Amino acid sequence: MTDAQAAVAEAFQQEWGKVVATLIRMTGDWDLAEECTQDAFTTALTRWASDGVPDRPGAWLTTTARNRALDRLRRSKTEAAKLQEVAVLSVPEEPAPWGDSGVTDDRLRLMFTCCHPALTLEARVALTLRTLAGLTTAEIARAFLVPEATMAKRLTRAKHKIRDAGIPYRVPPAHLLPERTSGVLGVLYLLFNEGYSASAGEDLLRPDLSAEAIRLGRLLAQLMPDEPEAAGLLALMLLQNARSAARLDEAGDLVSLEDQERSRWDGARIAEGIRLLEAALRLQRAGPYQLQAAIAACHAEAASSIDTDWAQIVMLYGELRRILPSAVVELNRAVAVAMADGLEAGLALVDDLAASGQLTGYYLLPATRADLLRRMERNAEAAASYREALELAPTDPERRYLARRLAEVSS
Amino acid sequence: MRYMLLMCGNEEEDGPAAHAEDEEPCWMPWAREMQARGVLLVEGSQLQPTSTATTVRSSGSEVLVADGPFAETKEQILGYDVIECSDLDEAIYAASRHPVALNGGVVEVRPVLASV
Repeated sequence: MTDAQAAVAEAFQQEWGKVVATLIRMTGDWDLAEECTQDAFTTALTRWASDGVPDRPGAWLTTTARNRALDRLRRSKTEAAKLQEVAVLSVPEEPAPWGDSGVTDDRLRLMFTCCHPALTLEARVALTLRTLAGLTTAEIARAFLVPEATMAKRLTRAKHKIRDAGIPYRVPPAHLLPERTSGVLGVLYLLFNEGYSASAGEDLLRPDLSAEAIRLGRLLAQLMPDEPEAAGLLALMLLQNARSAARLDEAGDLVSLEDQERSRWDGARIAEGIRLLEAALRLQRAGPYQLQAAIAACHAEAASSIDTDWAQIVMLYGELRRILPSAVVELNRAVAVAMADGLEAGLALVDDLAASGQLTGYYLLPATRADLLRRMERNAEAAASYREALELAPTDPERRYLARRLAEVSS
Repeated sequence: MRYMLLMCGNEEEDGPAAHAEDEEPCWMPWAREMQARGVLLVEGSQLQPTSTATTVRSSGSEVLVADGPFAETKEQILGYDVIECSDLDEAIYAASRHPVALNGGVVEVRPVLASV
């Protein structure tokens, strides 16, 4: 790779979302913004090779994309294009202030608009990856295992809805901000989990969605420094991602948290996650992501499963349940109770949950029950629960893990 | 932007509460709140129940007239409002404050095709 190519690749990582976001604000036209941004990067490849890399690549790309948009609007003779041209000429390249808090980065506007609740969840995720992260339609289609044409249609439909239904391009006003922020966080976490649960090695060209989610999470935390949940989410993703090398063995099989080789955890990521979490907690507005990050931090800081501060984890799950009541949280709390207060106590909670019927069909319910019974050496009952979980487990690595456990308790 | 709010609900259960002659209708506080926010109420009304609806199909030469709404559904259109406001967020707010929404009904928000 030449220096110019490397500089363009670097600028793509750093600047794509920013240039698109600025162009959308200036033109109000998502397709035009994307195409002109693409053109600006293509132009950069030849121009930077001949003229050298500009001092401020982002500004160079924005100006080039803006001029390209103006060219295209001038060549088009429609009334609408003329009006758009006037608008582009009158809009400054630097964004307008947002409330009293100074200048808003256009990427924050873009993030909130992509994650607007009037769009389907699939569309929110796809738009975020296309416009902010700069993934191509083909890459996004591959990531979600759908045909490219389907993904292209999804993106077009979402962009048309934004335009035709009048979804505003802005950071929401204060009364909408908490709800909409949690919507943005939800999209990023979904993206992260999508990458996390996809089995590795199956498709080498499949983009790394967890890495994209962390990149976007970093951006959001940087753009919303007063929102502790943004930092909390980033911390949570880093702490979970730090374990990824130890999650699978050589055969690609799942390794339980207890059996993971902790030396293979990424110490730098753990340190960064904990640092972010501590700074977020100092703002004293704990939320679900900070609590989940705190739980992940308890695991990350323990030398082994036995050394884990299970009592603290029980407390954190209790707090999480208070602000976000859910049966899945309750199931996790039951596991922590089993470790802190004894297997019997944990099993009783799991049985209560099973009796409530709230998690019917969720494979982790029988899998958790099986695991507690195995530890209590009630092998026959454990085997029955493992069999039940096997029927429900959604992916191959999960099924292989359960089958291995089933063999252990059956022998 | 101009939006039509279609008030949907079960006309048996979610119909407008009867009000005495000297009482104001339930949507009046909503109309006042919208006015105060700068949302323009272009027009709107409750509709007579679907038992009064007539469906018309036409091929040009033949007109087919039938009794009843265009689709028999569990929920019906109870009324409509056409509003003018800045964007979808404002229209969503207007919908969320409407008595039909507050009483368990659903409001469909549809942008009106702009006539440029």
